[in-house]
Amino acid sequence: MKNLLNSPIVKKMSSLHFVIAVLFISTLYVSICNLVFPEGSALHVSNYTVSLLGKYLCYALLALAVDLVWGYCGILSLGHGAFFALGGYAMGMYLMRQIGDRGVYGNPELPDFMVFLNWTELPWYWAGSDNALVMILLVFAGPGLLAFIFGTLAFRSRVSGVYLSIMTQAMTYALLLSFFRNEMGFGGNNGLTDFKEIFGFSLQSPDTKLALFIATAVFLAIGYAVSHFIVNSKMGRVVTAIRDAENRVRFVGYKPEHYKVWIFVVSAILAGVAGALYVPQVGIINPGEFSPLNSIEIVIWVAIGGRGTLYGALIGAIVVSYAKTRFTAIMPEAWLFGLGGLFVLVTLLLPKGIAGIVINFMDKMDSSNEKQASKLADEATIAETK
Amino acid sequence: MLRLFPLLFFFVLSFNASAVVSEIQGESALPELIEQLPSTKLNKMAPLIDKIADTSEPKVRAILTPLMEGDLYYVKASKQVVSAYKNTENQYDLTDVFTAETLPAVKKSTIKKIRTNNRLRGQIRDLLGNLDLKSTDPEVRIAALKLLLDKPNETGINSVNKLFKSEEDDEARELMSTILLVQQLENGDIDEKLSAAKQLSSRLEPTVKNALVKQLDNLPKEDETKALRATLTNSISDIEQQASVFALVENLFFGLSLGSVLLLAAIGLAITFGVMGVINMAHGEMMMLGAYTTYVIQQMFPNLIEYSLLMAVPAAFLVSGFVGVLIERGVIRFLKGRPLETLLATFGISLILQQLVRTIFSPLNRQVEAPMWMSGSLEINPMLSLTYNRLYIIIFSLMVFFSLLMILKNSSLGLHVRAVSQNRDMARALSVKSSWVDAITFGLGSGIAGVAGVALSQLTNVGPNLGQAYIIDSFLVVVFGGVGNLWGTLVAAMTMGTFNKILEPSMGPVLANIIVLVSLVLFIQKRPKGLFPQKGRAAE
Repeated sequence: MKNLLNSPIVKKMSSLHFVIAVLFISTLYVSICNLVFPEGSALHVSNYTVSLLGKYLCYALLALAVDLVWGYCGILSLGHGAFFALGGYAMGMYLMRQIGDRGVYGNPELPDFMVFLNWTELPWYWAGSDNALVMILLVFAGPGLLAFIFGTLAFRSRVSGVYLSIMTQAMTYALLLSFFRNEMGFGGNNGLTDFKEIFGFSLQSPDTKLALFIATAVFLAIGYAVSHFIVNSKMGRVVTAIRDAENRVRFVGYKPEHYKVWIFVVSAILAGVAGALYVPQVGIINPGEFSPLNSIEIVIWVAIGGRGTLYGALIGAIVVSYAKTRFTAIMPEAWLFGLGGLFVLVTLLLPKGIAGIVINFMDKMDSSNEKQASKLADEATIAETK
Repeated sequence: MLRLFPLLFFFVLSFNASAVVSEIQGESALPELIEQLPSTKLNKMAPLIDKIADTSEPKVRAILTPLMEGDLYYVKASKQVVSAYKNTENQYDLTDVFTAETLPAVKKSTIKKIRTNNRLRGQIRDLLGNLDLKSTDPEVRIAALKLLLDKPNETGINSVNKLFKSEEDDEARELMSTILLVQQLENGDIDEKLSAAKQLSSRLEPTVKNALVKQLDNLPKEDETKALRATLTNSISDIEQQASVFALVENLFFGLSLGSVLLLAAIGLAITFGVMGVINMAHGEMMMLGAYTTYVIQQMFPNLIEYSLLMAVPAAFLVSGFVGVLIERGVIRFLKGRPLETLLATFGISLILQQLVRTIFSPLNRQVEAPMWMSGSLEINPMLSLTYNRLYIIIFSLMVFFSLLMILKNSSLGLHVRAVSQNRDMARALSVKSSWVDAITFGLGSGIAGVAGVALSQLTNVGPNLGQAYIIDSFLVVVFGGVGNLWGTLVAAMTMGTFNKILEPSMGPVLANIIVLVSLVLFIQKRPKGLFPQKGRAAE
């Protein structure tokens, strides 16, 4: 292990390369195991597992979005679930229209729930929703626009810290209540479901599922690359500076609110994309996704993984989601105890999360290497002086 | 003694009146009429019942009430007419309706029911109402008059005509005149109708409005009815205007009661968040604990339901306060100066508490009984009645608010709390134990949340999710009012509650809630420090 980490290839790799390499290898592995090995083989990965992994990757992208604003800009958003859900609804609208006349009521234009409500035509905001390009635009524009409006209002009046957190929570709560209303035109309580196909491919087929999984991995890699680029750019430095001392940044002559709005919008779009990828894989989107509890869970992933590292968010999202899947299956009673305990313990004992352990380990390694090196150098100088 | 009779009979019906009955057993047609009851056919019953009622003896009620409710029997062997009620041993307790003498319990087979039908029951109801009109208790008279107004019958109206002049109670007199005016409006000639319509414009009973509307609808379109038509229209619009005023008052009342619920929920938070700067996401769960404490107390003392709420208030304060101190000592003190981490850790605690309650009490909602004095409503006029539970909650929340204000302003604890919140280092230099003050403050805030839970147990379902529903709202109240300002919290809670309830009738509860949320978010953008921002050095 030590040798592997010390090997020149790994040393040259930045975390970006490393994450993308891990993603690539695991996606390749899962795809091969799913396609090549027959069912029953020890190496086979079932379709269910593929979908589940796809879901985890969506969560990872979502956690990445939160880490970008929280870890690097100090904005603790308790409403990122709203952006995720909005992206999901944009995708859901498109999938809903793809059902066409195969719905229960067989109406080629209107989704079932609208027929059920005796609506005669599509509301204006559903216009063009059967077009994939419009859908993609909506996935970006919906969350992005909301984040822009909310961010501009909030950051310009210098709402920050816990006030901002509570306001984001109120925002997602208000959206939750709105989407529960049938009049809103998004299926009310039941949300959008019963999807049939995406881009002409059946959602039931294992191939589509695998393709969606791969697409999620690709988008996660892109999202990671974008985030990595942003935080290492000059702009990213300013954002980090805002996190650490907003007033100083302002006095130096920057406008912190512009940077904050900008990073908030990018993060919201990432969350929206995650939501759009999530919906076809789980087959439903309903107002429950807006619930404040969901948004707080995302924050927990990031906290557990380690904020301000990007890769920590991915680790946190995947580890906690996996634990949730396992625990809720084995002993559903204990899950909330476990999750609640995790919150408390991580904030008390592991303020840097899992990534903190990794960093500590690496530092130790580095320092021991340095010691060795300096020892050698010392010996060399001693030898020279002799 | 005689004056007391109707009263006694009204409350105890046929029971236990034997001691006083003997006095009036003089010459009476009643025993004879009673004897006829078992043998009379159903279709001959009506005149007999009338005759019984005509005797106007106080005992009539003891006969007719069980007859109406199907509890009047006769003993097969002796033809003695009795009222019979099933007891716990599946036998029937008998009471002679005339002598009010208690007889030994018997099996069902030895007695036979005296049958009635719906028509007879209606007749008896009218007759009993008529009896009530002559009652000496004004409350009974008023109740009977109200019934008569809604369902007029000839006998009743005749007696009202007779009794009107001698009535002494103002409210009863008012009701009587309303009844007579409605009759005049319906049956009188056109001039009588005109004057009745004029006078009825100030009466708020719904029946009056219905009668007026009915008259207006049935009025032929002729010239001579023009004046009457105008008067009717005027009276109806008068009544509607008053109705809208009272509807507004009622909405305001609802708003205030919702506001006081918010106040109760937010006031503990105003201390922990406002004074200490600690975000306590488990605040809602402290309320939940308070509500469950109420439930446990009711389970422990099932015979003292009337007092259970009074006992629950201190108990809930102690339970939630104790848990609050534990949380502060165990978790929060290690997170000083890291508000976002505190938020996460307390959220974790809230999840644990919820699951704990789910494990102990089951995830289902628990039933908390409402004591008698909380149920019912205070009727101000026929259009406006205020329910007692809401009224008490408004009073209770204000009491809690002011006692908290007193504690913070006038006690040495309050002095220490304010000192620590303004300048921790300086306070410590002056030998205030800041860590001790923190624990107590947090306990106080949590304890008040527990007390709020007791009040909430009377309004909503007591379940594991009780607290979650209030946490966002209460944070918004505190931020809206201005952090660290208790008066701001009061104003904010009442404003939010009233605003919500005024919007509600026109747009439904969900949309009203959304609009309130959105406007609050926008308000905070404009004034990030709330309605009453803290000034001076303490603000930073």
